[in-house]
Amino acid sequence: MTLVDATVAAGYTVGDFLLFAAAGLAVLAIGMLYRAVKGPTMQDRVLAVNVLGTNTVVILAILAAALSEPTFLDIALVYALLNFLMAIAISKFTVERGGVL
Amino acid sequence: MIETLGPLGAIRVGLIVAFTLLGLFFTFVSMTGVLRLPDVYSRAHTASQADTLGAGFGLAAVALAIGLEGAGVKTVLLLFFIFVTNPTAAHAISRAAFEEGIVPWTEGDDRR
Repeated sequence: MTLVDATVAAGYTVGDFLLFAAAGLAVLAIGMLYRAVKGPTMQDRVLAVNVLGTNTVVILAILAAALSEPTFLDIALVYALLNFLMAIAISKFTVERGGVL
Repeated sequence: MIETLGPLGAIRVGLIVAFTLLGLFFTFVSMTGVLRLPDVYSRAHTASQADTLGAGFGLAAVALAIGLEGAGVKTVLLLFFIFVTNPTAAHAISRAAFEEGIVPWTEGDDRR
């Protein structure tokens, strides 16, 4: 008997509630994808992908708690690292092209 | 059953629900800002503030749900990492936009 199996309301457990929240975050991510497709500038797209990445990290962490799979947290950590590195690398690359990056 | 967890368990379940809903709300605010604000600088502002807060609330709810064990500590570390890196990334992107010569939006400009 863990906390994830505790009932919140109307027979739904905390795990169910967290899964619903993850579904809601995924719907919001589709909205953010519109900005990544439309642009208009390249920085807009990088920013939208960065926000999407943060959203993905939260979804992964919520799934780790709801499905009781702690391995997902490692994936979320790596995803957060890569997301940050992507944003920094692309902004560095566009400003000083021909330098180190 | 929530009763078997005692009063502290009930408080924890309430906090999990509240933090998850707050996280959803602030992520919604961030999505609205990213979609509707006029230029890359204002979008960077909403991406760094509202989205960081939303992610913070979501990860706090996850940390409360997992509890005091290895995975929970990992979640708290992830929370701190997001809090440090997300505004830094948005700042770097808007600096790159400024160096590229993108003009900030002012009143009367009908960019979308």
